[in-house]
Amino acid sequence: MSARSRTEGRPATPMVHAREVRKSFGSLEVLKGVDLDVERGQVVCIIGPSGSGKSTFLRCINHLEKIDHGLLLVDDEFIGYDLKRGRLHEARNAVVCERRAHIGMVFQSFNLFPHMTALENLVEAPVRVKGIGLKEARESALQLLDRVGLRDKADAFPRQLSGGQQQRVAIARALAMEPKMLLFDEPTSALDPELVDEVLSVMRDLVETGITMIIVTHEIGFAREAADRVGFMDDGVIIEIGTPDQVLTNPTSSRTKQFVSKVLK
Amino acid sequence: MNADRTADPTRSSSPETSAEMEAASLDVVRLKHPLRWTASVVVLVGIVLFIKGAVSNEQLQWDVVGEYMFDSTIMDGLRTTMVLTAVCMLVAIVLGTIVAVMRLSPSPLLSWPAAAFVWFFRGVPALVQLIFWFNLALLVRTVTFSLPGIGTIIDAQTNDFMTPFVAAVMGLGLHEAGYMAETVRAGISSVDKGQTEAAGALGMNSRLTLYRIVLPQAMRLIIPPTGNATIGLLKTTSLVSVIAVGDLLNAAQNIYTRTFETIPLLLVVTFWYLVVVTILSIGQQHLENYFSKDVQAGRPKGLLRRTITNAFSLRRREVTS
Repeated sequence: MSARSRTEGRPATPMVHAREVRKSFGSLEVLKGVDLDVERGQVVCIIGPSGSGKSTFLRCINHLEKIDHGLLLVDDEFIGYDLKRGRLHEARNAVVCERRAHIGMVFQSFNLFPHMTALENLVEAPVRVKGIGLKEARESALQLLDRVGLRDKADAFPRQLSGGQQQRVAIARALAMEPKMLLFDEPTSALDPELVDEVLSVMRDLVETGITMIIVTHEIGFAREAADRVGFMDDGVIIEIGTPDQVLTNPTSSRTKQFVSKVLK
Repeated sequence: MNADRTADPTRSSSPETSAEMEAASLDVVRLKHPLRWTASVVVLVGIVLFIKGAVSNEQLQWDVVGEYMFDSTIMDGLRTTMVLTAVCMLVAIVLGTIVAVMRLSPSPLLSWPAAAFVWFFRGVPALVQLIFWFNLALLVRTVTFSLPGIGTIIDAQTNDFMTPFVAAVMGLGLHEAGYMAETVRAGISSVDKGQTEAAGALGMNSRLTLYRIVLPQAMRLIIPPTGNATIGLLKTTSLVSVIAVGDLLNAAQNIYTRTFETIPLLLVVTFWYLVVVTILSIGQQHLENYFSKDVQAGRPKGLLRRTITNAFSLRRREVTS
């Protein structure tokens, strides 16, 4: 029984539901109680100064980082935990993998598999994890490469591609698992300025498809035009969240005001 | 600035130089290297003298060399050397990989013994370990292993199973495993953490991630030193002649202590070691290319590399047509 079918007939629950999420690295508390709901089909951009915990929070969502405290549900399921006898227990590795497979993630440093061609990068997980036939997986991988405009690079190795092309392949790789949600961790921060637009335009196309997206970014312009909601994070908490206009044009918090005025300068 | 330049007599362009420039050929004449040429001639003369000496020196007894080249004793010795190298390397790779993975474990109960293993078996000379295992019976007379309820499973005299060959495999295999553990550990640690994260985010479990993502990338760093280690081990196996394993060197010694044709037999041994080392080097080159397909991609393949690649073709599943 999939999580989706369980929610049918009930009021739609959010895709991501975070309450009181806390996370420390040693004695340093990075997340100090993050609350966030992301509705299905929404695009949420999270902005904020570096070190504010945005990337850590994003990585907590698919359990790349383990949280210490709080509730974090994706599509009504805990990713890395199970609720047993009134307590949260860390889930077994195999269970985490199964649940993670439905959440796509795009990294700042692309993290393509360098020993595989673009096509092999896309085919790997669907074949090995989902058990899809090689022929079928190749077919849909080629379609995805076409969608990001790189069908002719199917046989190229990552090192033969520019940063922008690598990131587009990485996006296609995440899509190959047919995820119900996509997480972007500063997808354009490692790119040369002239390559940023090709990645953003692929992301704009994705917004059109109506898939749920959470994007940690420094691209304020992109957040303003593409996001349904923008969240401002500072010092381990989400200080302000609302429509792009509310947060970027008329912020209420003085810290948001300060940050926005700096990045828009 | 401009005034300075005109004041400097060497910088002013005289009509003569500009005329010379007009007339000059614009092809650049390369610098001559007289010393390099002299050195090359000296080396060439040396090579000619060496070949002349090798051909004319009767002590080398080339006819005897030819006679023993495919002698059955030598062939048996060669086979033993190759089998011993293969078995020891297999033990070293399997054990070394296990120790490396243990060493990377977060549990100190696993990582600490692994570190101790490397410290001991890498630290004690191979020859000492060989003699030690050969004389294990002095330390342990019998080996018994019994389970309550089932009874005795193994009960053997140490001398019965610790044959020279087994002692050689233990001594050299464990010594090499100490080195392999470090090689494998370095290889695994070199793979970027982002690779494991990307695999994890795609839902790949840790076993899949290790076999499909981490190890293939670690191989690039593991293969070259492992190839060198295999070649080193091949030569180190000549130590086993001290515990009377009939390897290549031991076979030659058995013959020349009888016939006193020492030099020709050592030449036979030299020839066969070089043949095997050459084959191993070609295999290593091929393996290195295989695990760095992405680096090789787009580079034109030379005739030699193409030939080698075709000769040692490994099974490889192509995703792209």
